[in-house]
Amino acid sequence: MDFPTRVPSDSAGAGVEAAQLHPGALSAKIVVAGGFGVGKTTLVGSVSEIPVVGTEAMMTEISGPVDDTRKIPGKHATTVAMDFGRITIDPGLALYLFGTPGQDRFWFLWDDLVRGALAAIVLADTRRLADCFPAVNYFEARGDVPFLVAVNLFDGMRTHTADAVREALDLPASIPLVLCDARQPKSVRATLRAVIKHALDTLPA
Amino acid sequence: MSDRRRLTGLHVDLLARARRSARVRAYVLTGGRTRTQQVLLVETFVSARPGVEPASALGPEAGAIFAFCRSRRTVAEIANALRLPLGVVRVLLGDLERKGLILIHPDADSVPRRELLERVLRGLSDPRTV
Repeated sequence: MDFPTRVPSDSAGAGVEAAQLHPGALSAKIVVAGGFGVGKTTLVGSVSEIPVVGTEAMMTEISGPVDDTRKIPGKHATTVAMDFGRITIDPGLALYLFGTPGQDRFWFLWDDLVRGALAAIVLADTRRLADCFPAVNYFEARGDVPFLVAVNLFDGMRTHTADAVREALDLPASIPLVLCDARQPKSVRATLRAVIKHALDTLPA
Repeated sequence: MSDRRRLTGLHVDLLARARRSARVRAYVLTGGRTRTQQVLLVETFVSARPGVEPASALGPEAGAIFAFCRSRRTVAEIANALRLPLGVVRVLLGDLERKGLILIHPDADSVPRRELLERVLRGLSDPRTV
């Protein structure tokens, strides 16, 4: 569907040095969550300066022998590749976008990925709205990471009004809901700005 | 009550279970150690100290991490490239840091949050970063 061509996992973001960044540059991150196949990798890939691994496509490929790897304690089950992209904000700051794994068996990674995040975007597909419930619930329950819901306009058409989606999600008025085309860099950057503005709005005075 | 609200209880159970199962046994790889002192977020930068070489042979995983960090890397990049679990990467990076072989760069929390967010917003608004 919307998955970008998968970069071989050997390259996994390796070998791409942050050329424009100062040696002492800082790193920060925004997390992109949502159901499996909702377009998280597409969204990250739209704005990233580095190739995105596209781990969801990879996980699908390896989903066959899962039962076997589960019998081996730890090792195979936890070596899941992470999906991320980078935007150089200024020479002293790199912003990383981390996609959360959309499959339930990778829940253990969420806390790791989310720790220290500036903000989070929950990407939703109106054709499978329930897929984003766990992500909305997760951030609502945490309460320490500002987030918004971005409805991915797959076909470029607005098939549901934002109000209808908000109602279906039972989203409090305090959580912004925006429309986004994950394939369009401009749209994704607008969504990133929206969630950063939301984070600024919700900072304690 | 919406479908989402109804699902919350189930979800919280699943999450708790996932967290419990994530407490993986310590590895032989890490000599049984599972904690590090440094803050190592997935996006934290690490790099080998220029001109420094290990005094004694490193294990294969630590050696691979040290070699890979000749260029500045994020923790996530290391785990992906070397196909190692995050927890193992963290512990081994902690060891390499204590041996004075690598630098763990400060994360963005060293900047006040409001200042950091405003800086990110400016960067995202700058057409040059498109």
